[in-house]
Amino acid sequence: MHMLPYTQEVIRLYKEGIFFDARNLELKYQMPVKRIEKFFEGLEKGKIFATRCNNCGELYFPPQMDCPVCRNNDMSWEEVSGNAKLETYTIIETTPTSFQKYGSYVIAIGLLESGVRVLSWLRIDDFTKIKIGMNIVLKTEKNDDGGYTYIFEAP
Amino acid sequence: MGNRVAIVGIGHSKFGKRNDVSLNELAWEAIKAALDDSGLSQKDISFMSVGNFGYWSEEILPAVTVAEYAGIKCGSLRTEAACSSGSAALKIAYDHITSGSGKIAMAMGLEKMYNSPNSTIIELIGRAGNYFWEFENFGLTFPGYYALYATRYLHDFGYSEEDLCEAPVKAHHYGSKNKYAQFQKEITVEECMKSKYVARPLKIYDSSPITDGAAAVILASEDIARKINDTPVYIKGLGNATGSSYLGKRDDFTGLEAGRRAAEIAYKSAGISDPKNSFDLLEVHDCFSIAEVMAYEDLGIASKGKGLNMLKEHQTYHDGKFPVNPDGGLKAKGHPIGATGISQAVEITKQLRNEADPGRQVSINRGMALQHNIGGTGHYAYVTIYSRGD
Ligand SMILES: [Zn+2]
Repeated sequence: MHMLPYTQEVIRLYKEGIFFDARNLELKYQMPVKRIEKFFEGLEKGKIFATRCNNCGELYFPPQMDCPVCRNNDMSWEEVSGNAKLETYTIIETTPTSFQKYGSYVIAIGLLESGVRVLSWLRIDDFTKIKIGMNIVLKTEKNDDGGYTYIFEAP
Repeated sequence: MGNRVAIVGIGHSKFGKRNDVSLNELAWEAIKAALDDSGLSQKDISFMSVGNFGYWSEEILPAVTVAEYAGIKCGSLRTEAACSSGSAALKIAYDHITSGSGKIAMAMGLEKMYNSPNSTIIELIGRAGNYFWEFENFGLTFPGYYALYATRYLHDFGYSEEDLCEAPVKAHHYGSKNKYAQFQKEITVEECMKSKYVARPLKIYDSSPITDGAAAVILASEDIARKINDTPVYIKGLGNATGSSYLGKRDDFTGLEAGRRAAEIAYKSAGISDPKNSFDLLEVHDCFSIAEVMAYEDLGIASKGKGLNMLKEHQTYHDGKFPVNPDGGLKAKGHPIGATGISQAVEITKQLRNEADPGRQVSINRGMALQHNIGGTGHYAYVTIYSRGD
């Protein structure tokens, strides 16, 4: 058993001054979403939920089950309307490796009627038709991987 | 107060793709230079902070491996404040002295990004915001964050992408005169416009590069500063702030709210009421062309919507009314994430000492300078004000 990975390939690269790490580290996080499960249930039913503090009335998106203002967890789930105005956007041309299968995509920030802002993709056939201030609608949908997500659409 | 803190030693590595050295060797280039510049030895230092974002380089405890390599045994830690990790390290070292814990401290910044492939870097840095609600689901990239601001800024104030290209043209002009810079050639607006889009409207030339680099400063309390160095550069005020992680929690996409708050606090702590007439130079965080423009406005040097005009009129060149980034900035000098904040402090010290290279030394009249260092997209904000003498 060798402690160092002295393969022919490593020796060749080593001579060029670089030692290639032979120990792989895979990072795949396990993120608890138990307290906001209703948000994901909502997506499956075509609904987008935010949370509202029953004490001070603050509306939270992304949803959270603690109100830092009141320091309590007395929160209600509230479905929000998808009607929104486009505040800003970008078209991602250099995509992360884990998003490469999608090609270029539009990321938009929309101000919903309820007053919360949401960041999401914007689906539109012609990128040149995108205008700041235009009306857009946030909808839920099933994605290629079989999971549910939310996306803006231009009517 | 009577407990002021001064920079008494500076060190800076060559920035760029540094596959010729390891993480520790790169750090040593800056540490050795700072020790030499101050005339101090490792034993004189009573605390060391290391600004480092990491993840793309192999060491999880960089402060420890660097300290050992450099022969330093005092207390240490690594600071993380994304692209302002260096300024966070500076603040820790500053606090070490103002609190009376010690009289001499080192703040250094270090990043070895090329220890991972580009694809890993894009993957990692895109997560520098709100991981789950922005990256996991929507693949927001780091240029994408700033592009959201660029789109709205150009729209609201009627500027073009050509106008934005004035930022990299200036940066490369000064990079060509800075021997430590990653890019040492001039570019034109046409070349910038022809470069590939990374996140519209931002192109490759609107973006700072992937960089390896290290920088170090040695801080001392004022009662001993002048004995160590003839021209100590004092830290006159600091301000810092944290912005929302989720961009949807923000209501202004033409400036960075946290940057404005940090500036306000820094101005108050330094007793500055008129930022337009206070500084000989500013080092601002130009990770993207739009970031430089927003910095002018967030710092109160330009009024809202006029920042890009100021750049177009060359007012922020080294011989203009408001010299900004005469070292080439993050765009041309390079942006080794955790080292950037310390690199800015090194440049300001050099300029206030009148030791910068010909063609980029600004005229020192007021003896005051400002450093603006942003982490993420206004997720962290650090503003530091320096003065030579009193
Ligand atoms: Zn509440």
